[in-house]
Amino acid sequence: MRPTRTVEFSTGLFVLLGFAALFFLVTQITNRELSTGGKSYEVMAQFENIGSLKPGAAVSMAGVTVGRVETIGYDQQLYKAVVRMRINSQFDRIPKDSDASIMTSGLLGGQYIGITPGGAEEFLKQGDRIEFVQDAFVLENLINQLAATFLRRDSGSSQDSNQGGAQGGNQGSQQPPAQEPKK
Amino acid sequence: MNFLRELWENLREFVATVGAVTMFFGRVLAQLPQAVLRPSLIVEQVHNTGALSLVIIMTCGLFVGMVLGLSGYDLLQRFGSEEALGTAGALAIVKELGPVISALLFAGRAGTALASEIGLMRATDQLTAMEMMAVDPLRRVIAPRFVGGIIALPLLTMIFIAIGIFGVQLVGVQQFKVDAASFWSQMRSSVGLDDIVEGIVKGCVFGVACTLIAVYEGFTAVPTAEGVGRATTRTVVISAVLTLILDYILTAIML
Repeated sequence: MRPTRTVEFSTGLFVLLGFAALFFLVTQITNRELSTGGKSYEVMAQFENIGSLKPGAAVSMAGVTVGRVETIGYDQQLYKAVVRMRINSQFDRIPKDSDASIMTSGLLGGQYIGITPGGAEEFLKQGDRIEFVQDAFVLENLINQLAATFLRRDSGSSQDSNQGGAQGGNQGSQQPPAQEPKK
Repeated sequence: MNFLRELWENLREFVATVGAVTMFFGRVLAQLPQAVLRPSLIVEQVHNTGALSLVIIMTCGLFVGMVLGLSGYDLLQRFGSEEALGTAGALAIVKELGPVISALLFAGRAGTALASEIGLMRATDQLTAMEMMAVDPLRRVIAPRFVGGIIALPLLTMIFIAIGIFGVQLVGVQQFKVDAASFWSQMRSSVGLDDIVEGIVKGCVFGVACTLIAVYEGFTAVPTAEGVGRATTRTVVISAVLTLILDYILTAIML
C-alpha cells in the first residue's frame, strides 16, 4: 500500500519543520551580527580589564541603551582590551571627553558599558576613541586588596603589642613562641 | 504469609516482564534491516506518530515557554537580572522540559494510538491472519511503527524546544520588555552545542523507550475490548514513569 500524496506531504512538512527547528537551535547559539537598526557610528575605548563583557552588550547613557558592543579585541602593543562600540546615530551629542566604564547590571546580570557625559563642546563621531575609561569591577581583586590590607594591619599590630589585633590576629597571637625561632 | 507470597509473585512477574520486553526489543531489532527496505510503511508511521502530534506539541511548547517566561521573569527581576531569562529559559527547555514533556505528550498522543491499533489487530485476529499467510507481523506491523516513532520523537522534541524558546521570548521580550539583544546574546553565550546534543540524545532515547512500550503492550494485549483498553492505559503509565527515570539517568550521565 502506497501512502497517499497528502500523507507524504504532511510527513514531509513535519520532517522539514523538525530540521528547521534543529537548524534554528544550532545557529542561534552562535554569535550573530546584531542589527542596530538605522544609522550608527562606531567609537572605541581601551580598557585594562573588561571583566566578562561580551559582544552584543549594551552601551548605555543614564540607563538608556544607546548602542551595542560590536567587537572586543586585544592590543598586543598596549596590552589592553580594545572595545568597539556601535552607537545609534540619533545619539550624536556625546561629548568627546565622556567617560566609559564597565558596569554590572544586577547580581547575576551581564556587564554593560555606561557612558557618563563630559563637558566638552566637541562630540564623538565615527572612529573616535573614548579617552577616559574605568575598568570592570573584579570582585576577586577587591577581596585580595582587602585581605592584603587586613594582613598588613595584623602584622603591624602584632609587632606593636604581642597579644595581636582584635580581628583575624589568630595566626599571629596564638603561636608566638613557634614563630620566633624561625625568624 | 499470604501477603509475602503475593509480593514475591508480583516481583517475579515484574522481572519476567522486563525480560519479555527485552527479548521483544531484540526481535524487533532483528527485523529492522528488513523493515528499512520498505520505506513507504515507515513514512506512513512517521505521519501517524509525528505529523499528527505536531499541533499538540506546538501548542504545549508555546505555553510551556510562556509560563517559563512569566515565572522566570518574576523570579529573576527580584535580583535585577532579567537578562538572564534567556539563559535560564533556554537551558531549562533544551535540556529538561523539551525532551521530557515531548515524550509524555508523545506517549499520550502517539503511544496510545499505536498500542490500541496493534491491540485491536490482535483482538480481531489480523495478526494471526498475517502469520497464516507467512507474513511476519513483527516485520510488517511492529518494525515500521517502531522506526517511525524513533524518527518522530527527536524531531518533535526539536520543534517543541524551538517553539518553547519562542514562547519565553514572547513573554520576556514582548510583554515584559527585557532587552532583546541581551536576552539573545546571553542565551547564545551560555547555551552550547553540547546542550542541544543532550536534548537530541534524550529525544532519541525516550523515542525508543516510549515506542517500544507502546508496540509491546499492543502486541501482547489480551485480545478483548477490556484487554486493549488496559494495554493502552499501561502504555501511558509505563512510558511516563520510564521517561522520568531515564531522564534522571541521562542527566546524571551527561551533566
